[in-house]
Amino acid sequence: MKYVSRLKSVLEKGGFAVTSECGPPKGADPQAILKKAELLRGKVDSVNVTDNQTGVVRLSSMAAGVLIRQAGLDPVLQMVVRDRNRIALQSDILGASAIGIRNVLCLSGDHQSFGNQPDAVGVFDLDSIQFVQVVKNMRDERVVIGGDTLGQPPDMFIGAAANPFADPLDFRVVRLAKKINAGADFIQTQCIFNFERFDKWLSAARDRGLTEKACILGGVTPLKSAGMARYMKTKVSGIDVPDELIRRMECVSKDRQREEGIRICVETIERLKQTPGIRGVHIMAIEWEEAVGEIAQRAGLLPRPVPDDQ
Amino acid sequence: MITAQQKPINEIRGMLGPYKRILVLGCASCVAECAAGGQKETAMLASTLRMMAKMNNEDVTIHEHTLDRQCVRDFVVRLDEIISSYDAVLSLGCGAGVQAVAEMFSEIPIIPALNTEFIGETRAQGLWMENCLGCGDCMLYYFGGVCPLARCSKQLFNGPCGGSVGGRCEINQDVDCAWQQIIDRLTRFGAMDRLEMIYPPKNWSRKQGGGPRKIIREDQQR
Repeated sequence: MKYVSRLKSVLEKGGFAVTSECGPPKGADPQAILKKAELLRGKVDSVNVTDNQTGVVRLSSMAAGVLIRQAGLDPVLQMVVRDRNRIALQSDILGASAIGIRNVLCLSGDHQSFGNQPDAVGVFDLDSIQFVQVVKNMRDERVVIGGDTLGQPPDMFIGAAANPFADPLDFRVVRLAKKINAGADFIQTQCIFNFERFDKWLSAARDRGLTEKACILGGVTPLKSAGMARYMKTKVSGIDVPDELIRRMECVSKDRQREEGIRICVETIERLKQTPGIRGVHIMAIEWEEAVGEIAQRAGLLPRPVPDDQ
Repeated sequence: MITAQQKPINEIRGMLGPYKRILVLGCASCVAECAAGGQKETAMLASTLRMMAKMNNEDVTIHEHTLDRQCVRDFVVRLDEIISSYDAVLSLGCGAGVQAVAEMFSEIPIIPALNTEFIGETRAQGLWMENCLGCGDCMLYYFGGVCPLARCSKQLFNGPCGGSVGGRCEINQDVDCAWQQIIDRLTRFGAMDRLEMIYPPKNWSRKQGGGPRKIIREDQQR
């Protein structure tokens, strides 16, 4: 069976791509990840599998990616540089390709101090941009770091993350340019709540021609409650939830806040669909995978194109 | 300089357990500057240990002595005349000092009284900041005099991660974002173009890839 990246194939045909994500469980039960993935079947093109997110030990993203692939979905393997040195990262890229994973998202990773292993060494042998470049060189030049030649090169659609809401704003576009110049084919952004800031960033990216060179997927997250909105604003570095959005959530009764969160999310996607330079959305419904299908439906993103490999 | 902090007194007492004649050995260099192992701290630690021994009715002799530098053989050799009177040395040197003394006096246990911390600067009275990893390949020129290896929590070479907000690092509001400082400084110098290039993976062999490092300078040897 030939494996292809559905994300790549949708984007190459000029479609508006939809991705979502699945967090692997804190345990060895394969059903935990498969149940989540099942909720996303037919609702998205590809599914990110997170890599020990927030520095908490979980079932490996590689194994979760394989399970998802075997279930007939297209995984985006998230790989952080926090836990592996360049030997392990390059080796895992080859391994991932060999088992049919066709997308990788190269990330720095949440700092180990946030998770349940605060005493761990943070490897950070490569940074995320160097990692993107390394994967590109493996794929396109058939070389590993140091110049040694590979046999069969990995077949990977290469992604990176961008956070338009972190500081300093001016440099955010430089960093995006570096990721794209390093070889990122697609970019998934941090969740967008503040359009004023997002538009500034995107417009600077357009001015540099970056939206032509890589496919930018806008990140969205449905808010579950006003409390969650406040938490994200104050406690999560690099997430910008404007006050008016928090007020909007507060203005509806608690039992209707989830609906309001979905509504905001759908409005955000509608707006992103009209935004030049945005090629898709990445729906991050944190521990709320059930919501993804409804969001995709209401935002007019369904049905998804039938994948080439089916 | 090398910074250090004294270990908890009970940990020190635990390591000294079996010994009856102890030399408490200070170092007047880096660890004096960071108020961990200089003459003053050595005297204080020795008198604390004497007091605790007395309170516990232990028959222990504790003397103190401070070398100009524990990490330089020319200074360590001066212990030659006195060291045989002791059955252990409690060193307030950094890890290099402890080992230099141990290397020279192989018959006697050299016990560390300090936890060696980092290469850093004295920023203010009572405040020391880490700013160098000793990587063997200084790149401070490119980063406006701020080291992203030593001062960015994720050792990023190509710009700040998505957790940099208001000049603060995501791991802790008390930690400055090194990348914000790099960008501020390079902006001032009109040198932001240095950050457009992609810095390649670091050559770590100059720090740890070749085993313990050494410097050989024939012009300095005699």
